[in-house]
Parts: sequence; structure tokens; C-alpha cells
Amino acid sequence: MHLAHYLGLLHRAQDALAGALLEVGEAHRDEVDIASISAQQAGICRERASSLHPFAERYSEEAPDEPERLHSTLFHGSRSGGLALLRDLQDLYLMAAECDVAWALVGQAAQGLRDEALSEVVSAGAAETSIQLLWLRGRMKQAAPQALIVG
Amino acid sequence: MIPSDPWGVRTPYAPGQPWPARVDRHTVEEPERWVQTASLLHSNGDGIDIGVRGNRIVGVRGRESDRVNRGRLDPKDVHGWQANASPDRLTRPLVRRDGKLVETGWDDAMSRIVRRSSELKPLEIGFYTSGQLFLEDYYTLAVIGKAGLGTPHMDGNTRLCTATSAAALKASFGTDGQPGSYTDVDHCDTIALWGHNVAETQAVLWMRMLDRRRGSSPPAMLAVDPRETPVAREADVHLPIRPGTNLALMNGLLRILLRRGWVDRSYITAHTQGIDDLERVVDAYPVARVAEICDLPPAGIERAAELLGGAKRLLSTVLQGFYQSHQATASAVAVNNLHLLRGMIGRPGAGVLQMNGQPTAENTRETGADGDLPGFRNWDNPSHVRDLAALWNVDMATIPHWAPPTHAMQIWRYAEQGSIRMLWISGTNPAVSLPDLARVRRILSRPDLFVVVQDIFPTATTEFADVVLPAATWGEKTGTFTNADRTVHLSEKAVEPPGEARADLDIFLDYAARMDFRDNAGAPLVTWHDAESAYAAWQRCSAGRPCDYTGITYDKLRGGSGLQWGGERLYTDGVFNTRSGYCETYGQELSTGAERPASEHSGDGRAFLLATDYRPAPEVPGAEYPMRLVTGRTVWQFHTRTKTGRVPELDRHAPSVWVELHESDAGALRIADGDVVRIESPRGAIEAPARLCGIRPGTVFVPFHYAEQAANELTRTTWDPVSKQPMFKLAAVRVRKAGS
Repeated sequence: MHLAHYLGLLHRAQDALAGALLEVGEAHRDEVDIASISAQQAGICRERASSLHPFAERYSEEAPDEPERLHSTLFHGSRSGGLALLRDLQDLYLMAAECDVAWALVGQAAQGLRDEALSEVVSAGAAETSIQLLWLRGRMKQAAPQALIVG
Repeated sequence: MIPSDPWGVRTPYAPGQPWPARVDRHTVEEPERWVQTASLLHSNGDGIDIGVRGNRIVGVRGRESDRVNRGRLDPKDVHGWQANASPDRLTRPLVRRDGKLVETGWDDAMSRIVRRSSELKPLEIGFYTSGQLFLEDYYTLAVIGKAGLGTPHMDGNTRLCTATSAAALKASFGTDGQPGSYTDVDHCDTIALWGHNVAETQAVLWMRMLDRRRGSSPPAMLAVDPRETPVAREADVHLPIRPGTNLALMNGLLRILLRRGWVDRSYITAHTQGIDDLERVVDAYPVARVAEICDLPPAGIERAAELLGGAKRLLSTVLQGFYQSHQATASAVAVNNLHLLRGMIGRPGAGVLQMNGQPTAENTRETGADGDLPGFRNWDNPSHVRDLAALWNVDMATIPHWAPPTHAMQIWRYAEQGSIRMLWISGTNPAVSLPDLARVRRILSRPDLFVVVQDIFPTATTEFADVVLPAATWGEKTGTFTNADRTVHLSEKAVEPPGEARADLDIFLDYAARMDFRDNAGAPLVTWHDAESAYAAWQRCSAGRPCDYTGITYDKLRGGSGLQWGGERLYTDGVFNTRSGYCETYGQELSTGAERPASEHSGDGRAFLLATDYRPAPEVPGAEYPMRLVTGRTVWQFHTRTKTGRVPELDRHAPSVWVELHESDAGALRIADGDVVRIESPRGAIEAPARLCGIRPGTVFVPFHYAEQAANELTRTTWDPVSKQPMFKLAAVRVRKAGS
């Protein structure tokens, strides 16, 4: 059963998103809304990632070796200069989208296993991720005309 | 007569009785005639007559027939009119020549603005307006911005005072619009004041509350405020809450009400959605946890809940203690939740007043001078944008609607980055009123930023202007404005403005004419030419929307007194403005402000119960800056004192800044009452004499009015994610005796 690997992937994706949120927030700290909401959401990502621990442990006993190329790296550090903010937010969006898909797939497995405790964690995590996606998309849409036309 | 204290003599009355009249009057000479207006020195909207002799204002009296004040005068209004005749009024346009502001004519000043506007793209032009112009001025400005230039960069300083009120009303009820009425004071059995020092911010509304308190069957009173304000001293229950923790308290109170069954389940079922989520969120806030977060005695929280839960007719009022603090919209929405859970909305005495900070703040929200689309329309609803495009006969694409409007703090950020290159500031003094003033001065000093300032006096902000436009003010121009309980007043011109000063409306109309804005038929976009025709244009724009002004004409206002749009109370039938085709917003997530898409909207006429978790504020006191600063107001001054500071009878009560400290903090710092104290934050420092008085330990208070030692040197650039209102009430500071 490969679920433990996907839980690991999700855990790592949430942690990576948390780290990237903090880094982008710090790099663009003069955009004070982005800095403060990024920090807040990073904390939420970390908390939710840690709530996956007991499930990863429980299912790891039945897991075969980790498959190749399970993890991918979507973030290579924050940028500076023109369009930096938009490009960095776009990175965050793609990272949150990876979490979103992973929550959906782990949720499917939780249902198949009738693991209600895992289902609860998944639905809370998926809801948080969808808020992050909504926020990032909205913030990029707001910033885009100014950045692309007169920035 | 002149009130001997700010609130004057009491006229007690019983529940359900009309508030007795008390006509206040102050004249320095016998007027030859009286001219109808309302107050422009606070948001209460008191009906006033201006006494005129020749071309001079010689006094004021309250309008006995007015529903808002029944003849009373706020102390600021008793004397504030004298500022009109100050010798240092701006009387001629100024332009910057060789680094200096020099006098010029209107043609030169306006030509420079038009030349600069024509060189720039729409997205390079921003407008930062006021909460003190008139409805007609704002609507004209909104049309210029949205249909003429096509820029989304327009907001008022109302972002600093009233944005959370609007955001909370939209979130819960679907559109902006005050549910309650001041007459709810006459009927209620309980008044809860949430971060609202009404005694100093709306003195006449406080007179009404005091008159109920001194009459038979007085209402119980709850005050939530870290300071021992006059309201807190009067209240039966005062919760001196730790600043920045309002949401934890609200969640805790709602939990008690739900657990004890002090809610109206049939109202909840019929008229709201979201109860399950709300119950889940607030259930994590037992009294002990709330007491710890908010630093309040558990018994006080319990008593407050009993008072709220036992009320049969509960009136809540909310202001800056919530709006300018952490999690502002979520906390204000929680007050709406309280009323929805208890079914206490839309009937006499049972209502919510999400208050306004400035006299005409309501009109910026209605007309779209705060960036919103006029008439509480939804920028994300194409049919609403199409309505406006048809009304103005312009392409839909001209009207910015691709994202939420650019809020004030973001406008300043774009100016800081150099992508906004012309900023037209009207009727406000951001060099004193915005947070982190050192930053504001840096932005205004940018050589690539063309700054237009339209005002009545030289201010800290005009010093940075490239063009200064001298404006007429209250009593010198005609127009309407609307107060916090939707009462519309007509304010007639009583005297001529000084020198070459012009009405704000005339300035905007001149700009529109010089820019030659046209509609799709090639006709002038702005078709009106004076206040009454501007009002008629606004009436057409407002038709069919919640703030429908079509039934309120100049003729009805003239000779009569204030009239409310929407009737005495909104939502009397429990049907709210949340239907998807009608609402002003599809909703925002409360912790991030993320805008929800139309596809997820479930509005159907029921109100939304919305809850979110408390989170610690972004700047909490620590080792280096161990105390919490809250800024605020005194009854004797308004805003940055451009008017009240020029009136000796007002200014002498509060001529300069002070800092309020708790005795225990002062003792530890060896500060005695009257000692000059230095207050420092990571942004700046000011000095002020100490007053040891009622405030919670660990918290200091500084009034924000004073340019010389401005509280906003200390405050932080940060804002609520939903309403975008800056958080003036949570800077971390350190305090020591000056010179030590």
C-alpha cells in the first residue's frame, strides 16, 4: 500500500509551501499584507503537516520502498526586481496547487480505507489550501495590471 | 444656551417615548437669517441651522425637528463654525515654482493638473479623498475616476475610519447599509458598546443614551474598551480588554449564548446560513481560555454574556476599538452574528449600528469614492457593471472591474513604488492621519509624484503639494450628506467662500470639462452643473439599489429635516440583501480577505453567520517594546485639528498632545502625573506629558489629532485583510521619562 508515500509527499509539500511562504513574505516585506498573511498561512501549513504524522506512521508499516521521483521541487528562492512579486506569488500558487491535488488523492484513499480520522484531517487541510489558492490568485489578479502595464 | 459640560443637561425619558427636544444655541451676534445644514465635525449627522449676518456666520442652533439630535449641539458644533473665518484660510491656488509654493490663478493651476493627467496612463493616477466632502462631490469624483479616466485607484480617508463598518455589513447582510436606527436607543433595554467611545465621538448620540439611562426603566449597558472612558464609567459591565483580542472575546460570548440556549433557533433557521460552522469555531473558546487571551476576569465575561443573553431589545454599536484593531472585520461581523443568533435585528430597540468615523463617510461608500462601484454594486457581477456602463453610456471596459478597487494603503504603496505618478488628495491631511508618518513624508516627497492637494487650510500635507487648490467648506457650498443611521441632510450655502476658494464640486466639474470626458455618443460624460443636478444624477444611479435616493429630493429636505433612505430600519422582514444577483460582494474569507468567486456564492436572502479563529496580532509587546499603544480621540478635537485647532473655545480644552498611562506602569517607570514622557516604537518617537488615569496596565493611549507630536509617528503600516482598514490600535512601544 503506497498511501504512506503520498502522505509523505503531502507532508513535504505542506512544509515546502510553509517555507516558501515565509521566504516570499520576508523578501517582499514592504508589501505588508503579503508578509503578514504569508506568515499566518505558513503557520497553518506547518500545523496541518504535523497532523499528518500519526497517519504516515500508521500506514508506513504496510508501505513498500519509496518510488523514484516521488518529490519535485517547485520553488527555487524568491526573486528581486521587476515582476518579482508576481512571479513569486505564482510559485506559491503552484505549490499550493500541488498540495490541493495531494489532499484530494489522500482523501480518496481515506475514504477507500474508511479512515474517518484521516478524512477529517484531509477535509480541514483541503479547506485551508483552497483558501490559500483563492487568496494567492486574487492577490495576483489585483497586482497584475499595475505590474504589467505601468510597473 | 451653551452646555456646561460636553453633554449638557439631561432630558430623561422612558422606553418607547420620543426623545424630548432640547434646543442648544450659540450666537455671538443676532443672526439676520438662519440657513439649514447638519454637522460636519463628527459622524452623528446632527441637524443644525447656521446663523448669518451679512456675509458672516455668527452662530448656530440645533434643529428641534431633526430626528437625529432634536435640537442638541455637539460641543464641537457650538464653536467649530468659527474656523470658517480663520485668517489663514487658503484663498488662492498655489503652484510649486523653483521648489516654493507661490500664488497663481485657477486657470494656471487647473491647466497643470490637466497637462499632467493627459501625460499619464489611467493606472498612474490615484485619488485620495475625504470623509468630509458632500455626496455630490463624491459622486462626481467617482464618475470622473471610473468612467472618465478609468482608474481603479480611488479611496477616501474613510478607509481609516469606516471601511470595517462597510465590510462587516456586506459580509453578513450582502450589501452595505446600516440595519439599525438611532431611535433604537429609545426602545432598547440593553446597549452594548463594542470599542465605541460614543461620549467623545458622537456626543449627541451619547446624550440620547444618557437620557435613557436617567429615565425610568433604563437600559443596561456593556462597554468593551481598554480605557476607562466616560462610556466605561457609565456602563454596568466594563470589560477592559487587552488590545488586539476582540475576536477571542466575541467567540467566547457567542459560545456562552449558544451553550445556554440564549439564542432564537427559529430565527436562525429561517433567516441565516452558516450556523454549523459558527458553532464549531466558537466552541473552542471556553470562558477560561478567553479570560486568559483577553486578560479579563472570567466573572466579567459571564456577566456580559448574561446581559446580552437576557436582553429583550438589544442595541449594539461598534467603532474604532474594533475597526482599528486586529481582526477588525471578523470582530465586527461577530457583533452581527450576535444579533442574528438572538434574532435582534430589524425591530424597534433590537438593532446593530456599525458606526462611521467621519461625517460623510457613508457617502463615499454609497457613491463609490471609496473605490467601490456606486450604489453598493458588485464589481465582480458583470450585470452590475453593465448597468453602470449603460447609465453613463460608456464601454464596460472603461469601468475598472477586473479586481477589487485599490484600497488607500495600496494606493500609497503604488506611489511609493513609483507606479502611481499623480495623487490628488482632497479634503484630508494624510501627513498626520496615516500610519507611519515618516514613510508618508518620504512618499509625498518623491520627485516623480505629482501631488495635488485640495483643502481649506495649509496643512502638513499641502507642504508637499505641486498644486494646492483652495476649497470652500461647510456653510460655503450646497450639498447633501448622510450619517451613520442613513439620515440624509441638506447643507445649504450660507456665506460666500473666502477669496478665490471654490466649492469642491465646482473644482471637479472644472477638471471634467477641461479633460473633455465624453460618453459613447460623443456628449459630455458629466452632464450636471451644480449640486442639485449632481444629486439628480446620483438619484438615477442609486435607483433600485439598497441606498435608493429617488424618494428623497432637495425639496423634501429643504425646510424639513433629515430623512432616512431605506426606512427607519432595514431587514424588518428578516430578508437580507444576499441574493446573488443583488448582493454587493460574493464574500471574502475572513482571515485572508480572499475574494470568493460567484460560483461559490449561496446567497438567497438569508444572512451569513461567519466565524473565524482568533489569532495573535502581528505586533505583540516584547522585551524591547513592552507596552501596547492605542490611539484615539477627544471630544474637543476633530481629526487632525484643521478646524477645531483654530477655535480657541475648543482648543483650550485639549490644546496639545498627552499620553495616558496606568499608575502601576508609571510607578515602575518613575513617571509622575504631568511628567514629559518619551514614547518610542520601531517607527519613530514622540514626547508628551503623562496623565495617570484609567487605562489597563501595559497599555498607553495617545490622541491622534496633533501634528506636532503625532501619534502616527509610532503606528505601524498594517491593515485588516478584509476591510483594509489600518490597525492604529496595536503598535508595540516603550515609554520613559523624557531626558532620562
